[in-house]
Amino acid sequence: MSQENVVESLLGETTQKKKSRIPARLDFLQSATGLFLAIFMIFHMLFVSTILISKDFMLSVTKAFELNFIFEGGSPVPVFIAISIVFVVFIFHAFLAMRKFPISYRQYLRLKTNSDLMNHGDTKLWIIQVVTGFALFFLGSIHLYTMLTNPGNIGPYASSDRVFSDLMWPLYIVLLIAVEFHGSIGLYRLSVKWGWFEGEDSKVSRKKLKKAKIILTVVMLTLGVMTLMAYMKIGYDHQENYGEKYMHTTEVNHAN
Amino acid sequence: MSREITITTLKYNPSDENSKPTFVDYKLEETPGMTLYIALSKIKATLDHDLTSDFVCRAGICGACGMIINGKPKLACKTLTSEFKDARIELLPLPTFKLIKDLSVDTGSWMKNMSMRVNSWIVTNEEYDISKFEKRIEPEVADEIFELDRCIECGLCVAGCSTAIMREDFVGAVGLNRVARFSIDPHDSRTDEDFYELIGDDEGIFGCMSLLACEDYCPKNLPLQSKIAYMRRKMVKV
Repeated sequence: MSQENVVESLLGETTQKKKSRIPARLDFLQSATGLFLAIFMIFHMLFVSTILISKDFMLSVTKAFELNFIFEGGSPVPVFIAISIVFVVFIFHAFLAMRKFPISYRQYLRLKTNSDLMNHGDTKLWIIQVVTGFALFFLGSIHLYTMLTNPGNIGPYASSDRVFSDLMWPLYIVLLIAVEFHGSIGLYRLSVKWGWFEGEDSKVSRKKLKKAKIILTVVMLTLGVMTLMAYMKIGYDHQENYGEKYMHTTEVNHAN
Repeated sequence: MSREITITTLKYNPSDENSKPTFVDYKLEETPGMTLYIALSKIKATLDHDLTSDFVCRAGICGACGMIINGKPKLACKTLTSEFKDARIELLPLPTFKLIKDLSVDTGSWMKNMSMRVNSWIVTNEEYDISKFEKRIEPEVADEIFELDRCIECGLCVAGCSTAIMREDFVGAVGLNRVARFSIDPHDSRTDEDFYELIGDDEGIFGCMSLLACEDYCPKNLPLQSKIAYMRRKMVKV
């Protein structure tokens, strides 16, 4: 045990008689990891929703992530590395964010009473973040671990089989709702927390940010539901051939 | 045509061991332009001489009559009874502050502790000569300082803040606003490092969760969201 830590723990200040800089770093990192995950959430949705355009296009995007322009036929390693990074950031963000949770009956009761009495929008938004964040501890971890152990098993049929035949769809429905609410509210709250896009009048810009948040939630949820339905449909049609990989149309034509 | 309104208040005297927290209904005739301050005065004068609530200025200046009005932290003197269409108004004392009796809370001790904690005064290394004019500052800067100095320490920002409600050692928007006020004042020689020593922890700026009830319920419309974000940006760089 370092003497520095012992002194800070006992006295609340360092040996230099200064306050620790750790709370500042933690606050910054909570926001930074949240921003990273929210941006990831948006791009993840855009990539998985390519199935709505065509199976071929979705496969091309998947193969691009497998760096098929470097490795012949693509490699699962880059995907594994990307998922690992996201998983580490996800765990770190959860660790940092849960510091703010109500942790005792008294805190919970006071928060709930205050929120119910006031019926205040931004307080309720944060409570939605707490609830969805708690759900994401489990839902997100299951999804990320599944992908981490199947980095080469992403594609029009592989993903659809996972959604339908592997019965991941009930989890994905809840995950989709939790992540889209958590992410879009998180982006709004990050903006007001750090004063981004504040402009001349913070009250006016806050209203605009709130509108943008609602639009983002609606767009992402709509896209998410449509995408999930598309994978369900493909998975349903493909259940007899479970495990078979999708071949790009040009490859099939070439083989024929 | 006037209507009858029902005001329900919590009645409790923590210093009386026989007192139990109870809700009491008062029915009274609404008069034109009636504020809750007037309604409470009428109740105290005609219906219940024992009911306790605070007031001083009756004009939204002193901040003494803060209370929870139908769930929201507000000043009784600035709230018209006509705002409540169903003619039912429920009053609670402000949470977080020490309850004195009924609707009366001790915001003074809390604010004094907060002021001491954030060193809510000008700190300067310069010799001060009271026979000379104060050092001049730009009018825009003075305006910005005066804007933040309009805080009346009514405690509504603290009462509305779920962080302060859960964690009673949180300094609150009122404290962070104080620090922001001195940090922009050229008369104050403190650096960001010095301010970090006052609010650079989870009970200070990093405890704030940006729930913004402080901004939404401030009766003086202070730019709390903006100033807390400003202090956060400064403190995270220290």
